[in-house]
Amino acid sequence: MTKFEYSPAPESTSIVDIKSEYGLFINGKFEPAKGNKSFETINPATGKPLARIAYATNADVDKAVNSATEAYKKIWSKMPASERGKYLYRIARILQERAREFAVLETMDNGKPIRETRDVDIPLAAGHFFYHAGWADKLDFAGLGNSPKPHGVVGQIIPWNFPLLMLSWKVAPALATGNTVVLKPAETTSLTALLFAEVCQQAGLPAGVVNIVTGDGSTGAYLVNHPGIQKIAFTGSTEVGKGIARAIAGSGKALTLELGGKGANIIYEDAAMDEAVEGIISGIFFNQGHVCCAGSRLLVQESVLDEVTTKLKSRMELIRIGDPLDKNTDLGAINSKAQLEKIHELANSGDQEGAQRWSPQCELPTDGFWFKPTIFSGVAQSHRIAQEEIFGPVLSILTFRTPQEAVEKANNTPYGLSAGIWSDKGSKILWTAQRLKAGVVWTNSFNKFDPASPFGGYKESGWGREGGRHGLSAYVKVVK
Amino acid sequence: MSRIDVMKTYKLYINGAFPRGESGRVYEVKDSKGKFLGNPCQASRKDLREAVVSARAAQAGWVYSTAYLRGQILYRVAEMMESRKSEFIDVIVASEGKSVSAATNEVSAAIDMWVWYAGWSDKISTIAGSTNQVSGPFYNFTIPEAIGVVAIFASEKSPLLSLVSAVGGVLASGNTCIVIAAEKSPLAAIVLAEVVATSDVPNGVVNILTGKSSELVPWVGSHMDIDAVDVSGLSKKQESEVRIAGADNLKRIHRFTEMQSAQRVLAFVENKTVWHPIGV
Repeated sequence: MTKFEYSPAPESTSIVDIKSEYGLFINGKFEPAKGNKSFETINPATGKPLARIAYATNADVDKAVNSATEAYKKIWSKMPASERGKYLYRIARILQERAREFAVLETMDNGKPIRETRDVDIPLAAGHFFYHAGWADKLDFAGLGNSPKPHGVVGQIIPWNFPLLMLSWKVAPALATGNTVVLKPAETTSLTALLFAEVCQQAGLPAGVVNIVTGDGSTGAYLVNHPGIQKIAFTGSTEVGKGIARAIAGSGKALTLELGGKGANIIYEDAAMDEAVEGIISGIFFNQGHVCCAGSRLLVQESVLDEVTTKLKSRMELIRIGDPLDKNTDLGAINSKAQLEKIHELANSGDQEGAQRWSPQCELPTDGFWFKPTIFSGVAQSHRIAQEEIFGPVLSILTFRTPQEAVEKANNTPYGLSAGIWSDKGSKILWTAQRLKAGVVWTNSFNKFDPASPFGGYKESGWGREGGRHGLSAYVKVVK
Repeated sequence: MSRIDVMKTYKLYINGAFPRGESGRVYEVKDSKGKFLGNPCQASRKDLREAVVSARAAQAGWVYSTAYLRGQILYRVAEMMESRKSEFIDVIVASEGKSVSAATNEVSAAIDMWVWYAGWSDKISTIAGSTNQVSGPFYNFTIPEAIGVVAIFASEKSPLLSLVSAVGGVLASGNTCIVIAAEKSPLAAIVLAEVVATSDVPNGVVNILTGKSSELVPWVGSHMDIDAVDVSGLSKKQESEVRIAGADNLKRIHRFTEMQSAQRVLAFVENKTVWHPIGV
């Protein structure tokens, strides 16, 4: 394949106005944290600081929960559902209007390519609000049980890999079903959540319906254990998710969890190979592999292993890694130093355990956090890189001979979030899809998302679904 | 001289067989007047593990049989129970001290509940599944599937009915189960095991243990091959114990307030969404 050379095509940052300091968003207003505590957020592609973010104390979280409780009791629970829905429509429209600004800001704060924030993160986030807006006054038709009722105040904790998109997955269904929200963004990616707070102001959303408290893990832990919260929604690591499940046992709080994954991408010998290779690429290198549903375990039928590997390597030579703001960039920066270290540690274990590492020749920027697109061949089921979530651009290649073996290997993990199946034969695809223990199965495709499509995991990948009719059930109570 | 009754040896029900507990322990069950009724087994952690192995092994066969067949088998349980109605009434009257009419009502309700759940088996994905209108050329559908192996604690309040209400629901959706019978009144559960054993229910799909639920709670909670637990029969404190230990493999844990409830069928499913491209 020919590699075309392009001149740099950076997206302008003039559209964003990054303040030097950001406060907490409580009761419709921005305010500093008690004692003016704050922390720095950086651009992971350059390592340079972007802004200082308020570090919420326990008293700030108390105030946010209190504000959400008052807003629930006095305003949100009394408002006709159709009016509630109209606020969500407004938010969706404002997100569309300010999409470019959000895309640039997200890329600067997160390190992901502008191509993805522009074409995936932000449009999908707006889509989630638009979709859920329509549910607000139609919940009685959703088949959730008899007269579904909101929980009240919902505590939501989101990760750094899709900051605004994960916010929309959480906030949109919570508001549509009549709950009010206290949201904590990830420590390294608070900026788009705080810009979203401005959107809430522009939409005229009643004060206290959405509150945003920035901070770290301890802020999240305090929110989870807060007695004023009736439901918790968490997206993040399986380890933390289990900790939350233990912490709230017996409290009566409802809990949904979107956790880790080790998705199998199964390539049968009769697959359309060029398309399958594109699917492998998007499965593992989309968003630098910072994707819980990434296709991080490639299961290739033995008869086509050489063909797939050769094509994959030649395709990987074309991946453009570098400035995330450049419109031609495919692979951006790793989100943080800590994450980069974790990826190195697991990749090194692959070397030590005897797998063979390969990456294309490419120059990495000197500043910021970067990792080359990487594949490991000769991976055994027992290797750490076949079992543990790497959350980076690292693919483990395993093989199988029969469909039964493919299913057996795909399911041989405590996770169960996603899987891919590539074949030209419909009955084989459906047979495989039926037997995979995974909440989302992409056939002849990978990493597709939509507000109408339920997303979530089996086994240790989590509890509950987000999106679609099924996602609504996380935010309502029904008689059991 | 009056005839000497042949008394029943009450045993566990694991993988279609009636073994004694591996630990050799039994506990005495008496009627309301203190008369000896039986020595059911006090199941151990190892018995529980055997039951889980059996339920897991039976999973694929049960879940990939047709929903029509599962419905017929659940209906068959109702047929078998109807024919042994008097035995259930006798056991409930003797061991729970209920009146004959109360026991008759309970047994009738239990039989009817099997019929109700039998009708659910092939309607679950119609009710709980969906096709989803995504913005793109994809056929996208969500289907509810069995979670896998479910542990059930029966309630002391109505030992037979609580057990049937729980088991019927989890079987209808394709799960296999391990039931821990009501500790004080386990005999009806064992008679039910004898009914299940003669109702075309494949071996291992239902496993019934008797014993001290307080002893089994932590082992159910921490067993890594149990996918879900119905804690309706446990105290809130025991439920918390199961929840804390169960977080190790993120067990799905549910408590129900209603006996006959669609939620009992729909709670123990996992929703799978499949995307397939549309194109020529």
